[in-house]
Amino acid sequence: MAGKTLYDKLWEAHVVRQEADGTALLYIDRHLVHEVTSPQAFEGLRLAGRRPWRTDSVVAVPDHNVPTLGRERGIEDPIARIQVETLESNCRDFGITVFGMDDPRQGIVHVMGPEQGATLPGMTVVCGDSHTSTHGAFAALAHGIGTSEVEHVLATQCLIQKKMRNMRITVEGELPHGVTAKDVALFIIGRIGTAGGTGCAIEFAGSAIRSLSMEGRMTLCNMAIEAGARAGMVAVDQTTIDYFAGRPFAPQGALWDQAVAAWRELHSDANAHFDREEVFDAAEIAPMVTWGTSPEMVVAVDAAVPDPAEEADAVRREGMVKALAYMGLTAGTPITAIPVDKVFIGSCTNGRIEDMRAAAAQIRGRRVAANVRQALVVPGSGLVKQQAEAEGLDRLFVEAGFEWREPGCSMCLAMNADRLEPGERCAATSNRNFEGRQGKDGRTHLVSPAMAAAAAIAGHFVDIRKEGK
Amino acid sequence: MEKFTALEAIVAPLDRSNVDTDAIIPKQFLKSIRRSGFGPNLFDEWRYLDQGEPGMDNSQRPLNPDFVLNQSRYQGAQILLARENFGCGSSREHAPWALLDYGFRVILAPSFADIFFNNCFKNGILPIVLDAASIDRLFAEVAAHEGYRLRVDLEQQQITTPSGASLTFEVDPFRRHCLLEGLDDIGLTLQHVDAIRAYEAQRRAEAPWLFRG
Repeated sequence: MAGKTLYDKLWEAHVVRQEADGTALLYIDRHLVHEVTSPQAFEGLRLAGRRPWRTDSVVAVPDHNVPTLGRERGIEDPIARIQVETLESNCRDFGITVFGMDDPRQGIVHVMGPEQGATLPGMTVVCGDSHTSTHGAFAALAHGIGTSEVEHVLATQCLIQKKMRNMRITVEGELPHGVTAKDVALFIIGRIGTAGGTGCAIEFAGSAIRSLSMEGRMTLCNMAIEAGARAGMVAVDQTTIDYFAGRPFAPQGALWDQAVAAWRELHSDANAHFDREEVFDAAEIAPMVTWGTSPEMVVAVDAAVPDPAEEADAVRREGMVKALAYMGLTAGTPITAIPVDKVFIGSCTNGRIEDMRAAAAQIRGRRVAANVRQALVVPGSGLVKQQAEAEGLDRLFVEAGFEWREPGCSMCLAMNADRLEPGERCAATSNRNFEGRQGKDGRTHLVSPAMAAAAAIAGHFVDIRKEGK
Repeated sequence: MEKFTALEAIVAPLDRSNVDTDAIIPKQFLKSIRRSGFGPNLFDEWRYLDQGEPGMDNSQRPLNPDFVLNQSRYQGAQILLARENFGCGSSREHAPWALLDYGFRVILAPSFADIFFNNCFKNGILPIVLDAASIDRLFAEVAAHEGYRLRVDLEQQQITTPSGASLTFEVDPFRRHCLLEGLDDIGLTLQHVDAIRAYEAQRRAEAPWLFRG
């Protein structure tokens, strides 16, 4: 008999009941909530006269709309202010823990959750946000849900689900110098496409994945959704367990030992069956830069903008032509010849302490290039900000001409004041280069934090493998 | 949720793949705390020539004449014909809310992104997966015939073209049932309160660290 995958184990441990057709009620251990996708869910509860099933399973934080400057003035945009105030009043009314804008624990929901130990191995974790896949880095079954499901989980502690298929992506070998988890994610998406993981839960495996820090694994699982997979995950190892020691929501004492024993089982059995498998060689991966309006439109930094004429499929070719027109790029242009107007370092993909360190390490006494209008560094949470400041990273950034901001989603999706103006080109460490994502007619190139910082200093993309060894 | 049984309506073609939820409803409109009113801002950046912001009088904004939904032949469309990986990107349910508010009840595509697909069913929208050849043929027929309409019958799981040709489609039986009856998921789940409580008690015993307080 075939063994079980990590996903099989997580699924089976959470099935409350299952219909003959496979439709199951899946129990949810942790529900993370933010201001954008929850107000209609709380309103639905009120209209039906329902209460949350288990308030201790819910943790809320405003992140999408919060300003990254001048917090003492509150939120100037009246519509955004109402949304954040609505989250706070809903949490107050229903007895839910919320880290408000003035709380040092406030931050992007996917940075805050693991940081607090609110995400733990073996949990089911949901949030009304597609990047909930981030939490799978801890061998949790974690995925985004819509607002109707936010209400459903609040009311019932369960989701109605059908099991996804099992997919494993293995990356073996040692990642070359200058290549990070972000590059691995972009490389994989470039190979399998943005729909490559649709209908699947992806387990990332192999020696290159095991060698990643928890921050790196979170970056990788975060981008699983950009490969079409709602959930990405990595098996538990000592790196996972070490991450949780002393975190506020993590178990302590005898419970810690009991939990760790259970967590050690959270890996795929050696003879587990996967519906799909992909294997990549770490040595083939270079620092990656997207050139188009979908994360799969990506090449290595030493390549050139591809030519639609070489694409055989008509729909794809038309997509490439549209993307190049939107991006203001010409086929054949070397990636390193593309100048940038703005740089954004942050987001739930790359807003953690390791990302701040990697970006700061590129500065080496230099300054942001004259053609770069703005280089924003937005830590993922108040605690990441404190840690970075304790290490003096904020001073390095500010002295080099970067702006050091307060935590939030910021220019990843530009719901607050941080955005691109029409036609502006940005090197961004976020996760989506869709049309208009960072502002109407803004042009986004997705890169790692080190690549973004290097682009800020050079004024254009550079191959970081060739410098500063 | 509004029931969906059958519909005959004009088809609008959106001929691009990987249409993401940022394109369906841009983020500035997500600041609303309501569920309705997103229709005028559906595909905002493609549909209008200016930059849309919440609170604008959309009837006064300059329309992009090249965008398909602005063409007179597609006015009143309730069926959207789309390409692969429709609805990729964020989990925002504002995307199906905007499509529904505009008037769409059916989306036809060769593939959908998972979260969006799921969100449609929660809002009385029927997303239908058809093979790529059928989708190609429908694009060609829509382009060739002004006023092209399809009849979509969920009970029979069948699409009928103006020439009388029919296509069958698959739909998850549970989701079909919920759409046909307009059922509220939460009400259905709460019929199993005892099973949830029993699971929870067992889980609390096995993994007490997951329960605080």
